[in-house]
Amino acid sequence: MTKQVQQLDRVIIRFAGDSGDGMQLTGDRFTAETASFGNDLSTLPNFPAEIRAPAGTLPGVSSFQLHFADHDILTPGDAPNVLVAMNPAALKANLSDLPRGADIIANADEFTKRNLQKVGYDVNPLEDESLAEWRLHSVPLTSLTVKALEEFDISKKDAERAKNMFALGLLSWLYGRPVEATIKFIETKFAKKPAIAKSNVAAFNAGYNYGETTEAFSVSYEIKPAPLSAGVYRNISGNQALALGLVAASVQSKLPLFLGSYPITPASDILHELSKHKRFGIRTFQAEDEIAGVGAALGAAFGGALGVTTTSGPGVALKAETVGLAVTTELPLIVVDVQRAGPSTGMPTKTEQTDLLMALFGRNGESPVPVIAPATPSDCFDAAVEAARIAIKYRTPVMLLSDGYLANGSEPWKVPSQAELPDISVPYTTEPNGDDGTTFLPFKRDAETLARPWAIPGTPGLEHRIGGIEKADGTGNISYDPSNHDLMVRLRQAKIDGIDVPDLEVDDPDGDARVLVLGWGSTYGPIAAAARRVRRGGGKVAQAHLRHLNPFPKNIGEVLKSYDKVLLPEINLGQLALLLRAKFLVDIISYNRVRGLPFKAEELAGVIQEVIDSE
Amino acid sequence: MSESLNGKGLALVPKAEGKQTLKDFKSDQEVRWCPGCGDYAILAAVQSFMPELGIKRENTVFVSGIGCSSRFPYYMNTYGFHSIHGRAPAIATGLAASRPDLSVWVITGDGDALSIGGNHLIHALRRNVNLNILLFNNRIYGLTKGQYSPTSEVGKITKSTPMGSLDKPFNPISLAVGAEAGFVARTIDSDRKHLHSVLREAAAHRGTSLVEIYQNCNIFNDNAFEDLKDPEKRDVITLRLEHGQPIANATQAVRLAPTGGLEVVARDSISPEEILVHDVHNPDPSLAFALSRLDEPAFQHVPIGIFRSVDRPSYDHLMSEQLEMAVAQRGPGDLDELLQGGDTWKIN
Ligand code: SF4
Repeated sequence: MTKQVQQLDRVIIRFAGDSGDGMQLTGDRFTAETASFGNDLSTLPNFPAEIRAPAGTLPGVSSFQLHFADHDILTPGDAPNVLVAMNPAALKANLSDLPRGADIIANADEFTKRNLQKVGYDVNPLEDESLAEWRLHSVPLTSLTVKALEEFDISKKDAERAKNMFALGLLSWLYGRPVEATIKFIETKFAKKPAIAKSNVAAFNAGYNYGETTEAFSVSYEIKPAPLSAGVYRNISGNQALALGLVAASVQSKLPLFLGSYPITPASDILHELSKHKRFGIRTFQAEDEIAGVGAALGAAFGGALGVTTTSGPGVALKAETVGLAVTTELPLIVVDVQRAGPSTGMPTKTEQTDLLMALFGRNGESPVPVIAPATPSDCFDAAVEAARIAIKYRTPVMLLSDGYLANGSEPWKVPSQAELPDISVPYTTEPNGDDGTTFLPFKRDAETLARPWAIPGTPGLEHRIGGIEKADGTGNISYDPSNHDLMVRLRQAKIDGIDVPDLEVDDPDGDARVLVLGWGSTYGPIAAAARRVRRGGGKVAQAHLRHLNPFPKNIGEVLKSYDKVLLPEINLGQLALLLRAKFLVDIISYNRVRGLPFKAEELAGVIQEVIDSE
Repeated sequence: MSESLNGKGLALVPKAEGKQTLKDFKSDQEVRWCPGCGDYAILAAVQSFMPELGIKRENTVFVSGIGCSSRFPYYMNTYGFHSIHGRAPAIATGLAASRPDLSVWVITGDGDALSIGGNHLIHALRRNVNLNILLFNNRIYGLTKGQYSPTSEVGKITKSTPMGSLDKPFNPISLAVGAEAGFVARTIDSDRKHLHSVLREAAAHRGTSLVEIYQNCNIFNDNAFEDLKDPEKRDVITLRLEHGQPIANATQAVRLAPTGGLEVVARDSISPEEILVHDVHNPDPSLAFALSRLDEPAFQHVPIGIFRSVDRPSYDHLMSEQLEMAVAQRGPGDLDELLQGGDTWKIN
């Protein structure tokens, strides 16, 4: 039977199942196949809040969304074209996101009376007409898998467990994905259990063949590779990119990396990743609490290391006093905040941009700290190197604001070579700097950067004491002198204000837009995708994205004032808007949603269009 | 390899070239404790002791938290870090774990170490980072002007407890032994010779050493340790702990109690063989713990000296070993190889 092949320019697939169904793994593998095929892509996993919610219930549903295309794309997509639902809970939890006409591939075996009851279905939705507006493919995935594995010497439970590989095989056929890497992956993953490895490969192949031979699927799809620029690519999540960025920062600064960290969602993966790279001389220290994590990092920085601490909002709250100590002792330190929904514990697995004001102002005293926010998962790499550059050059703690959406989302990343990375090394101070040629003044500043010398223990002749008490300008001795304090407060502020950050770039294809849409952090993708939509529809909109939130780019005031209207979508109640209004007296139009989810491009396109229309 | 460093707390710290003197370790800063404060005696004792170690001054670091005693680093002509309340063990952990070539000293007080910083103290002790923690115990809050502390006796009348404090105090030695400390000792500000002997052993211990120093705050808790200084009472109530020696003074002696603990009895009421012989290297911490409980009731019999000195690999060393092992197994890190690792694909 020859099947029809239909061309598509992009597809959004959502894999959904019970948290025990292996949906994240399935999604990851499909992503890897898609990446190696050469499509552009963007992913968004959605984890249940509980580690092991009761099987088959709505809170136990775990999903993974993947958007891939033959052109460059910016988001994991608003609404899926295809939903793979491994059980009734997965169907129920995701159906409302599914536009009419989308495909549903449901595992019919799991739609048992008991499972249906668990989520409140009185009748089986696969059998009544309730799904008539979608293209339903009811497939007995579990029993087909078990049947395909009959010959294998494995338990029924292990056979059933391979159903996600069957589903992956089926989807791989449906979208013409290359399969070799997945087979290799399964073989490596289960290298110690050859029977499981073989049966999973068999399940994967059976799913693929099922698609090819059964009449249930009459069409397969082709999505051509995207024209990406030449180079070596890999798919990377924000947390991974951030961790690799820190390794690169250590290499490029010639400083040993010391990570002090306490496990917290959604930042722990950075600790896990860095713990693997001891070959680079990286010391990872799982501390007794958040305060010890940053304290140890600062202690290591005093000793000459690139000190880093990684956390999420609640951890930043606890670290505040130590960050203040780093501000006043003027030591390099990187504080990574992978933001999540707050306040308090909030929703740990959900994303938000609500820590901006805390990062900027959440300490006692005048305590200025540079703040950088990456825009996309792969940008976390560059942002980490940039944070280190600033921390080392200016001897200051730097806040790096990622978030849950960037941390777990992924996209193809054109891997830079080491030769392309900046050299961010700054030598330690090794000689006395006093006018007499013998004394050392730990707070005598560099005329250009206002940074103080970084002389580390072990350097003869430069023994000195630093601390949290106000220091006399130059000598660093304890000082309660009023005018000295005023001077030091202003010097510390001037140092941060003077940091060299690149100008804000504006994207305005025609150059005559009167409305600017501005963003920061992880809203880049949805905002840029929305701007494209608006432009496709004939609307004129300029777009700019802030990566440096302290200090702001020098030209930002000028940019803001050169548009009639400035729209600023944020996943908070208007934190950046508050700052820009205060600093530049510009009447920012805020658009705020705090739902724990990223914006959708369609939603933002509507908002932008409204602002244009109100001109 | 880790074992070879046992008892060599300073093995990785570079040696000083010339001879050092007390003067080398005095900074140019004016000392600003209250006149008569016990901190002066401890400072002088430490300054006069440091040359004896024969290590490079620039490889010596004093880290402190907040409190009267935490001003200490400013007065030492070494590297120093006066940090924030309670956090000195955490900061020192990062420093010592990443710089095994340093001799790192933590200066803290009873409030700093046992109240706000209690968590960091116990975790530093169990980890066994190569630190020397000097805990100045004056049983009061000095810098905040006289509130009761976690080592103040029950019923202490202070500004914040006009009708007497309600909470049972910590015994720092018991706490340290319970927190898996390898080296635990007690000494007193007024006895320089004893202080020196304890500091010597603490520095030689590779791992975290906790030294409780009874320190008089003559402003807010004067004479708290007077009985231990009074020439009449001193020798009667002090029990000097010396390795391999019976634990006894002229009138009192320690023996195993039928309850499983220890008890103090009149020396002449038992035969010499019954007196417990002190073994600082006993891997079982039970007796060290029992010794620490002899303080009760207060100042009837107070053990002074080294309670426990048991070697195990230090955290910083184990950490360095893992880094070396990673390099030995797979070679030093190569950034290009790392970045291009994982599933990559090429677009031409
Ligand atoms: S208040 Fe007490 S501990 Fe503090 S400096 Fe004065 S005497 Fe010493």
